[in-house]
Amino acid sequence: MSNVLTYEHAVEVRELVKRFGAFTAVDRLDFTVKRGEIFGFLGPNGAGKSTTIRMLCGLLLPTAGRGTVAGLDIIRESERIKTRIGYMSQKFSLYEDLTVEENIAFYGGIYGVSDARLAERKAWILEMANLADRRHSLTGELAVGWKQRLALGCAMVHEPEILFLDEPTGGVDPISRRNFWDLIFTVAGAGVTVMVTTHYMDEAEHCDRLAMIYGGKLIALGSPAELKAQYADAGQLLEIEADPLMRALDVLAEAVHDVAVFGTTLHAVVHAARGEAMVRTTLERAGVAVRRVEPIAPSLEDVFVRLIEQADRQREEAG
Amino acid sequence: MLQRIIMIIWKEFVQISRDPRMLGVVIVLPIFMLLLYGYAINLDVKHVRLAVYDQDGSQASRELVGAFTRSQYFDMAVQAWDERAVTQALDAGKARVALIIPATYSADLARGRRATVQVLVDGSDSTTASTAIGYLAGIVQSQNLQVSLQTLERAGQPVEHRARFWYNPELRSTNFIIPGLIAVILMMLAALLTSVTVVRERERGTIESLVVSPVMPFELMLGKLIPYVIIAFFDVLLVLTVGVFVFHIPFVGSVLLVLALSTLFVAAALGIGLLVSTVAPNQQVAMLTAVMATQLPTVLLSGFIFPISSMPHAIQLFTNIIPAAHFIRILRGIVLKGNGLAELWAPSLFLLVLGMVMLAASSARFKKTL
Repeated sequence: MSNVLTYEHAVEVRELVKRFGAFTAVDRLDFTVKRGEIFGFLGPNGAGKSTTIRMLCGLLLPTAGRGTVAGLDIIRESERIKTRIGYMSQKFSLYEDLTVEENIAFYGGIYGVSDARLAERKAWILEMANLADRRHSLTGELAVGWKQRLALGCAMVHEPEILFLDEPTGGVDPISRRNFWDLIFTVAGAGVTVMVTTHYMDEAEHCDRLAMIYGGKLIALGSPAELKAQYADAGQLLEIEADPLMRALDVLAEAVHDVAVFGTTLHAVVHAARGEAMVRTTLERAGVAVRRVEPIAPSLEDVFVRLIEQADRQREEAG
Repeated sequence: MLQRIIMIIWKEFVQISRDPRMLGVVIVLPIFMLLLYGYAINLDVKHVRLAVYDQDGSQASRELVGAFTRSQYFDMAVQAWDERAVTQALDAGKARVALIIPATYSADLARGRRATVQVLVDGSDSTTASTAIGYLAGIVQSQNLQVSLQTLERAGQPVEHRARFWYNPELRSTNFIIPGLIAVILMMLAALLTSVTVVRERERGTIESLVVSPVMPFELMLGKLIPYVIIAFFDVLLVLTVGVFVFHIPFVGSVLLVLALSTLFVAAALGIGLLVSTVAPNQQVAMLTAVMATQLPTVLLSGFIFPISSMPHAIQLFTNIIPAAHFIRILRGIVLKGNGLAELWAPSLFLLVLGMVMLAASSARFKKTL
């Protein structure tokens, strides 16, 4: 690669703010993405994930704060950034009335890929996305899973150092999602830094590090293991089966630190070693039938739900 | 930079070739409009409905009526037998012109006295009325000549004579209208063609991939303009062919010069569409805006029907920013008068500048942020 890779962090963001009128979409965000890692950006819809990615890719101008991508300033040097990054938008953004090959050729062309190199890249993309048989199909006729792999291929036609993927697996079946993540691992294995937004917990587990954002604010940052360990420090997580479930939720909300519904069970955080017995007696005393109380290891979803509830509580106390 | 522009041109052509609606817009629309307007907009007044009240009923009066109805300008519509019937025919619009010949007409002529006929003209359509009066005068004049000659012949005086119609029956307004119409149609078509090109990318989300790429706004705009210049040039050939072979406009000047200068014109017109496309929120609004923004000023202020020279000075200045005004000057100049670049450099220069301004404005409007 002809570029001299002198920068330290793939992405570095300081006090980044984006306001749309009175609405603050991104609220003083701070984080860094290390070179070569898969960095997950986890949050519910409307948390500010896409807005942040769009600012990093030069699609939106920040209201305040600063940031660098590949060591280049996102405000002053966005045009130079564009040749170094690949971006896959949330909405499918290839030409549906061009064929698979034509899309690759078009994006290769506007990124200045030479003809000889383009032939190699085209072969690589068709192989990687498993689209060799469909190379002459109109893109609009492809199934969603294929489209997304082609979009990834086109985003990488110019061999970018950093790849931004904005909810790349939205609306895709689980098998296709799994296949897509295999591609992401392949790409990252080749040394490309990947920053990916998602609201799927299982996808978040695949990331080297995660930033959890909610309401435009960073609420947690670390590897999945670190985030779960922080959660464990707060106490023991119990899974509870009880009947009626909603009554049990109300009773425990008064008695324990954190409790939330997970499917047909409750997850509650207790402090002491005696927590398990305490939960059992509290529920029985309130006339709730307790089927099962069991200590479990926290999932990312537990971590995320608890952090969001904390954030909501803090917001209520503040305002 | 060149590679990126070429890629965009190529991509646009592939997309156009896969869009069957484009074929309709590019081929059917201009021919349809030219035929429709070409036949409808006709300033020649022919077949004016005539009411006749012949009180005389002599051979001389019938000759006069015959002089009217034999010409293609008047058709006998109502044969009236009293004054009331004449008034009714005019009121009801059954006749636009009424000719009343008094009972003394033939007697007066025979005695060599001045014979008077009355003509009533419906002035509600003043254009038709004034033209009809002109024809009337012509027909009456020639009839006068005819009558005087007959009188002289009867007197046995050998006079060499040749009667000539004052009005040139071949003064066709078509020759004046069609070149203007060609400009009006191309103007609207061109603006329509480019008006959706940018907003479509925005609607389909493909704009994100473009904005995040190293493509510069100027490259994108030029890449989108050039394919349509080529397509619109094809339309220039199409409408000129229809103009020459269907409407028989004479082509006095250089065909090559018309084609060369029409490229400047379509580029300016396409530029207007492109600018609309960078502003409009969706494809429907873009198309509507393009038609509104081009058709009305083009029809009213280009000199297509109303001569620019008779407009107020401020409006005359304003017509300079209307591409069709310059192109109509060029077309009429070359097609009808055989003008060359020596006479037409000014409107050509205006078109060139307008096209460049439109391209620059579109590029400036197309921000590389969403």
